Amino acid sequence: MSERLREKLNILADAAKYDVSCSSSGSDRKNTNKGVGNGHHSGICHTYTEDGRCVSLLKILLTNHCIFDCAYCVSRRSNDIERAAFTVDEVVELTMNFYRRNYIEGLFLSSGIFKNADFTMERLLRVVKKLRLEENYNGYIHLKTIPGASDELITEAGLYADRMSINLEMPTETGLKLLAPEKSHQDVIKPLGFVKNQIIQFKEEKKLIKSVPKFVPAGQSTQMVIGATPETDKEIMYTAANFYKSFSLKRVYYSGYIPISNDSRMPILGTQPPLLRENRLYQTDWLMRFYGFDVRELLNDANPHLDTDIDPKLSWALRNMQHFPVDINTADYQMILRVPGIGVGSAQKIVQARKFGKLYIHQLKKIGIAYNRAKHFITCADSPYQLKDFQSHEIKGFILAESQSKYLKTPSNQILLF
Amino acid sequence: MPNLFQHQLYKQSIQSMIYIFDGSLEGLLTAVFEWFERKPGLTKIVSKERYQPNVFSQSFEILTERTKADRVWQGLTKRLDKKWMRQVYCSYLSEKPELHQDIFDFCIYIFQHPAGAEKNYGNAQVLSLAQTARKVEREKHRMEAFIRFQKTADGLFYCGIDPDFNVIPLLVNHFRNRYADQQWIIYDIKRHYGIFYNLETVEEIEMDIDINLLKKSNQHLLDEQEVLYADLWKNYFKSTNIVARKNTKLHTQHVPKRYWKYLTEKL
Repeated sequence: MSERLREKLNILADAAKYDVSCSSSGSDRKNTNKGVGNGHHSGICHTYTEDGRCVSLLKILLTNHCIFDCAYCVSRRSNDIERAAFTVDEVVELTMNFYRRNYIEGLFLSSGIFKNADFTMERLLRVVKKLRLEENYNGYIHLKTIPGASDELITEAGLYADRMSINLEMPTETGLKLLAPEKSHQDVIKPLGFVKNQIIQFKEEKKLIKSVPKFVPAGQSTQMVIGATPETDKEIMYTAANFYKSFSLKRVYYSGYIPISNDSRMPILGTQPPLLRENRLYQTDWLMRFYGFDVRELLNDANPHLDTDIDPKLSWALRNMQHFPVDINTADYQMILRVPGIGVGSAQKIVQARKFGKLYIHQLKKIGIAYNRAKHFITCADSPYQLKDFQSHEIKGFILAESQSKYLKTPSNQILLF
Repeated sequence: MPNLFQHQLYKQSIQSMIYIFDGSLEGLLTAVFEWFERKPGLTKIVSKERYQPNVFSQSFEILTERTKADRVWQGLTKRLDKKWMRQVYCSYLSEKPELHQDIFDFCIYIFQHPAGAEKNYGNAQVLSLAQTARKVEREKHRMEAFIRFQKTADGLFYCGIDPDFNVIPLLVNHFRNRYADQQWIIYDIKRHYGIFYNLETVEEIEMDIDINLLKKSNQHLLDEQEVLYADLWKNYFKSTNIVARKNTKLHTQHVPKRYWKYLTEKL
């Protein structure tokens, strides 16, 4: 019995791991009925795998049986792999026992599509209902919305889940059509829009009637596979920006494609996953969400790809030297935030601290800015007088000379000769 | 020109007053009260156990008084918001001796300046408290993440820890709210005290023996399903890893090796 459970867990955790969403934040669900579990506003990463990704949720598929044959997916119909399926009780037992030992922050439940969308969604719903209603479980639940499931089932699921997500899979419609002819972005857009509208509606009603239940309190997210199809960084990030805006998404995840088959439409087996590119895309994502950048400033027709040797913030600064140097003691917050080497925390400290007197280099260093990088772009009370204005390529040279990229030693797209 | 730093040292050692307190937060706050009573100028504060007599300075032993400490705390509460009050408390929990001085100086600074002075991150004490509190909060957050309960044969969930800072007082709320329907103990092995939740309240406890449940010889104390779930968890941890993305540096950055001894998946 326990041997079979272990096998199932191995198979269905292995199949779920390519979904990179790990967040457990944004839900303020309380443990009201003296049951077990609650939401944590910023989420908790309980451990990290050896590849450095966080493990916050028990991330599993209900089953890896699937009627679809998407080329980028391990669980595709034509793939000759071991198949398994959990029973509802098995998932509930695992979740409760892991949660009670503080191994996890909650459950991430996805599934291959068996029979049809409604049948699958109904089964997922049964798991979350049992957790919430029978086990008094108030911990985090991230549930996949199954494209094509009925509105009633999705609405009901939203009453029990904290977050729901559907993956775009490929950044463009053409990319998706190439690898998964049975699917289209429209399948994703419809339920994303439906859930978004439901969230708004429930919030409105809650303003009037306090007893209206929570509906997907931690919002929605999606994921795109990067590097399986030949999109530019610009195409990827424009799609992301558009989805952030249209569907008020909490997160877009970028998952570097890890070759899993010899399909001639995609990178061959053994190709290194595009980790550096993935990193640059996340940096761009952060600049859009927390640093007030518009995606068109970072990526446009003149610059359709992100630089690999420097991060996108530095890259923007070097292209726009007319905005610099920024005077730390007078510039507004938005501009200080744009200085390479200054993050959100430091920028906030700077604007508060300077009300008490001019800031000097030693104070900026103590506040925690990356001074060696920022010094090329700022002036403060005791900045050394500079005779020469350096060109952007010179500054880039200085910064690269004294920084060590963690990626330089293992260039991901370079094949070794020997 | 005399070295400015040396000059400062000279000045301190000749003129300064040393306050000796018992090491408690109340003692520290009482010291602030006493300082405002006497205004002795530049004052060093040091706990009894770290005090070394110094011929150049006068010393004064602080007798901890609840009422005086309360008045200082109330005074701070009027000037600082909740977030800052917590940062003061967290800095104290860091148990770093140099923070005693910083907290002491910070309190005096706050009382001597108009409201809002805590936003002056150019001030060394303000920054020191903010940065130390951050470290303490990080350690607290790590405990919320890395604590791994083991279910004992009598249905109790137990975990022993030895955090860098004294964070147990900060953990009470989180674990009481989350695990409201199970009895649990979190025990600080290094500081010899812990907290026990009895389904109603959380109480402080001290145990004579260190019950190291991880030892093979103690397995009879465990719930019969404990080994199964610990094992399933280890399996899950392995299965969810993507070998092609191996990144040991990032892994140890997030889970520093000193915490591995807690982690079921790392044993």
